[in-house]
Amino acid sequence: MNRLINLALLLCIGAAVVASFSYLGIDLGELGDTGNLHHMGAYAQRFLSPDLSAGHLQAIGHGALETIAMSALGTLLAAVLGLLLALPAAGRFGWPLQSASRLVLNALRAVPELVWAALMVLAAGLGPNAGTLALALHTTGVLGRLFAEALENTPPEPADAIRLQGGNAVWAFCYGTLPNLLPQLLAYILYRWENNIRMASVLGFVGAGGLGQMLYVSLSLFQEAQASTVILAMLLLVLAVDTLSSWSRQRWVKA
Amino acid sequence: MLTRDTRDPATRPRLLLTLLALALLWPGIHFSELDLSVLVASDSQSEMGRFVAAFWPPAHGEEFIELLLRATLQTLAIATAGMALALLLAVPASLLASRALSLSAASRAGHPSYWGQLLRWPVRGLLIFLRSVPEIVWALLFVRAVGLGPTAGVLAIAITYSGMLGKVYAEIFESVDQRPAHALLQSGSSRLAAFCYGILPNVAAELLSYTVYRWECAIRASVVMGFVGAGGLGQQMDLSLRMFAGGEVASLLLTFLVLVLLADQLSRLLRWRLA
Repeated sequence: MNRLINLALLLCIGAAVVASFSYLGIDLGELGDTGNLHHMGAYAQRFLSPDLSAGHLQAIGHGALETIAMSALGTLLAAVLGLLLALPAAGRFGWPLQSASRLVLNALRAVPELVWAALMVLAAGLGPNAGTLALALHTTGVLGRLFAEALENTPPEPADAIRLQGGNAVWAFCYGTLPNLLPQLLAYILYRWENNIRMASVLGFVGAGGLGQMLYVSLSLFQEAQASTVILAMLLLVLAVDTLSSWSRQRWVKA
Repeated sequence: MLTRDTRDPATRPRLLLTLLALALLWPGIHFSELDLSVLVASDSQSEMGRFVAAFWPPAHGEEFIELLLRATLQTLAIATAGMALALLLAVPASLLASRALSLSAASRAGHPSYWGQLLRWPVRGLLIFLRSVPEIVWALLFVRAVGLGPTAGVLAIAITYSGMLGKVYAEIFESVDQRPAHALLQSGSSRLAAFCYGILPNVAAELLSYTVYRWECAIRASVVMGFVGAGGLGQQMDLSLRMFAGGEVASLLLTFLVLVLLADQLSRLLRWRLA
């Protein structure tokens, strides 16, 4: 019986794949057609000679710094806002505030960064400011939820002890709860920052600054040589972040 | 005798660390042109207010709902077709890149020979390249190469996800007990047979659950891919945003939400069922 259900599921998946291809009307044979391949090859060839002139490299350096700054500030704003929202979401101030803040966090998280960026470009104008705000909004949702879970899982005894000794609630939080929580919070923040650097490099497609905007503009102007340098820069950025994070994880987290 | 310390001994290092972080972030504020005041400036607020006010009621005209349904189906189809193509590339690549099927490793206690490792590098490098360029950049490039529409989205997902799947599959193959495969290889079976009977039975559940998880990610990715013209819900969203049609944006956002939640549930069901 179990096998039968699994077989039916696999058949359904196969049918879904076939249906998807036919619904989209993608003809793989036509895509692999020599004329088409020739066209795509000619297009790809124009990327093979990246523009490495000093002026362009300087512009890319600026774009990369913009991307990093956007992601860092967005993550920092999100960490502060997320912690503020996580306190009620962990049930510290009663259930009405708990469900309200959870709703806010879920809504913030459910909208993808790129959609936030498109909305923020409307609200705050073109440029990296919109991207920073978009990253901050989405990341607040993600970090807020993670922080709330971490808060719920920390042992309450140290804070209780401070309260019983006569310390007020703020001191109890700062010296009883936060020291236990901090390593986990930092780990989450760094993990999101890593994600956000990647995201920040593409937010520019909707006009929110950084490397993405340079890529979008140069592709729109058919400047493939310049575009290919931007892609190389993105690649380097992503690889650098990957290496750095895996190195720091091995170095700091395992110990 | 113990005496009460009147101050927090950790204050100074913390203060210094905070100052250092602020000093590092200060140029960042300049680079990112961070300006929170635009959010409360009266003119942008009234502009935004008018836009957000149009969110209610969400657009629900019959024509728009039909459009929405078509875009949703397209999004789902892009994710599914992209995953299918990605698997076509990822499975052979993972077999080539994985150390688990190394003949020399079988007779050298799991350490492949120098040449074996050198020959695996090009495949690994290709996979790294494929997954390091974000999918939406691939989509942007393919929109230029094959034209607007879902084909670009499918190809973009196929390329990025084949890189991710290939790498993770290769690692999963290496993470299980290697002894059955080594025994088979040393007693003269072909590599494919050693894979099918020595490794696959141990890794099948993990492979399936990871693939389903990636499919869920592909749906989320294909939702936003439309912003560069690769079809699906994102393209409709881009159009509605440009026309300042608040009601349509609201319906689209709601559809996003429902779709992501449903994909989440479906993937949980599939993983529970198949794993």
